[in-house]
Amino acid sequence: MDIVLQQLVNGLTLGSVYGLIAIGYTMVYGIIGMINFAHGDVYMVSSYLTAIAIALLTFFGMESFPIIIFGTLIFTIVVTGAYGWVIERVAYRPLRNSSRLSVLISAIGMSLILQNYVQISQGARQQGVPTLLTGAIRFDVGDGFVQITYMKLFILFAAFLGMGVLTYVIQKTKLGRMCRATQQDRKMASILGINTDRIISSVFVIGAAMAALAGVLITLDYGAFDFYVGFIIGIKAFTAAVLGGIGSLPGAMLGGVILGLSEALFAGLISSDYKDVFSFSLLVIILIFRPSGLLGKPEVEKV
Amino acid sequence: MSQQTNGINIGAAIKDTIVAGLLALIVFGPVVGVLLDGYEFSTRSGDVAAIVAVVMAGRFVLSVFTQTDFGKAFLYRQSTKDDGVVVTSPDYKSKMTYILPIVIVIGLIAPFIASKYVLTIVILGLIYVLLGLGLNIVVGLAGLLDLGFVGFYAIGAYGLALGYENLGLGFWSMLPLAAIMAAIAGAILGFPVLRMHGDYLAIVTLGFGEIIRLVLTNWTEFTHGPNGVSAPLPTLFGLEFKRRSSDGTPFHEFFGLPYDSAYKYIFIYIVLFLVVLAVLYVKHRLTRMPIGRAWEALREDEIACRSLGLNHVLVKLSAFMLGASTGGLAGVFFATYQGFVNPSSFTFFESALILAIVVLGGMGSTVGVVIAAFVLTVMPEMLREFADYRVLMFGVLMVVMMIWKPRGLVRVTRTGFATRKGTVK
Repeated sequence: MDIVLQQLVNGLTLGSVYGLIAIGYTMVYGIIGMINFAHGDVYMVSSYLTAIAIALLTFFGMESFPIIIFGTLIFTIVVTGAYGWVIERVAYRPLRNSSRLSVLISAIGMSLILQNYVQISQGARQQGVPTLLTGAIRFDVGDGFVQITYMKLFILFAAFLGMGVLTYVIQKTKLGRMCRATQQDRKMASILGINTDRIISSVFVIGAAMAALAGVLITLDYGAFDFYVGFIIGIKAFTAAVLGGIGSLPGAMLGGVILGLSEALFAGLISSDYKDVFSFSLLVIILIFRPSGLLGKPEVEKV
Repeated sequence: MSQQTNGINIGAAIKDTIVAGLLALIVFGPVVGVLLDGYEFSTRSGDVAAIVAVVMAGRFVLSVFTQTDFGKAFLYRQSTKDDGVVVTSPDYKSKMTYILPIVIVIGLIAPFIASKYVLTIVILGLIYVLLGLGLNIVVGLAGLLDLGFVGFYAIGAYGLALGYENLGLGFWSMLPLAAIMAAIAGAILGFPVLRMHGDYLAIVTLGFGEIIRLVLTNWTEFTHGPNGVSAPLPTLFGLEFKRRSSDGTPFHEFFGLPYDSAYKYIFIYIVLFLVVLAVLYVKHRLTRMPIGRAWEALREDEIACRSLGLNHVLVKLSAFMLGASTGGLAGVFFATYQGFVNPSSFTFFESALILAIVVLGGMGSTVGVVIAAFVLTVMPEMLREFADYRVLMFGVLMVVMMIWKPRGLVRVTRTGFATRKGTVK
């Protein structure tokens, strides 16, 4: 019983972070219909930026947790957002009118570039960040106990805050309205005076910023990362996006939480060696039986 | 105003350059400039300055170039380029009819002259030719992006190793069996998946490739996990290529030759070369048969094909299975060539490398794929000091090729048809 509860807590935090990364996939897919294969690697870059920001801030003598976390978040989100913009400008915009296969291959190329670039500049070895927030709340359950670290609470808080801010931006602001208009009909939106190229760029920046938030949170919790972390977590976040219905924002968050919970339960109760196999199999099964996901609209082929 | 109509607007170019420089500073500055070392760090401002300078110079040159007449013409050609296949005239005689016999003769003589080192590299090149041809059927001809191709390669390689260990099956019995096994795996994976949208296929196959690798790593009782399994060498009518044979006479004693470890590579090379030729021939014929035409037609316009009554699932499935079985064949050769297989040979990077071969060679072009496979596998062997930058180069190659020449370097040609003289008009 205590294992199930503990895994539910772990799964919920992990799932909320999957949801953050899934937002990047789902928004890009919704607006230009491509799978941004390099998104997982954007997340990976943000892990490195987190460690760099913490190292720089400690070097300049800032020790208190709020200052470090705030500074790290701003630094990482800004720089990762710049990555999102540059990637779109360099690898995707010249292919705006090409076949989907070309764009996808270009995205795979971008993913390889990011991985190898980080590997060359930072070395192949694993990196780490110091633990910033210690302590936990414990609940006694039956014979055992359930432990919720303050870090996990912070992750939940920050992830849901991030999602809340994003929902506000998309639903209430002018930028959000332009994004939704472009998603519904790109040609019509541009006729009505929306600079769709700029909107597409800003969607990439938003996606990268969400991935950066996820990167900071996961890196602070796990402490260790290398240049290859983006691959697995990228596929899992994509699974979350598909599970919730690709193109749908609430779907990405819901899909992330469901995937995180089921993966944590699988790892805790059945086998942790095969938890990645479980997630990938889940992806295959969803795509076969319900490709439109939980909240997505079924895709209609137009001639 | 006069600057915009003719001549070069240097001011705009400088503005572009400054923006590019600032972005390069933000993007490359932290990751390149701050080298993490534990919780400490060291700075490398020189490298950042060099990168920013290169980016700014590149952007300036590009900005000026696109404003010249030549640059404008280049941009225009890029935006209106014709990506179709080249159709030759009906009486066109391909130069291949002369080149091919020469290539075959050279290919068959080569192993007896080449050194063992060159031979091993060429075998590796040929294995990738086989992989490239297999993936080219799936990606190039049928237009299905398969990112888990390495899964079929692994099925072939592990099929030989585990088939030998558990069932005592040798190279020759596993060669056809592995092709069949890979094709069946392709059918099981492909049948439900091929009905769905193209992009999803890429992700599902990617997941499949990873599942295969993770199972090979974690199922230690059967696959021995990361330690790997040894694979048998091929035999020539039961003669083994070992110094001492456990049962019967080894090859060199039977022919009264001194022992040389190069014999086994010569033998693997010749078998592999013949298999590659056979696959090339089959593929060449298939593209001229209705099924090959259907693959390409489906790639170009799925809705039109389905309206004309093509069963799109069966057509795609045939391409998928054929590609998978070629991957399985390549796996058997890889296992016997290495004498040993473990899961680290079947990472996503291998799939990406095979995809790079297809992309560089030209989607659907056979000659292009053969050349690209050799270039991408042999060149890294020659340029060992740039080994760190190999993956980076593949990535840049994929992006640049997609922007510049999405159909690959070698254009696909197709023989034209004309009505025969004397037929009813």
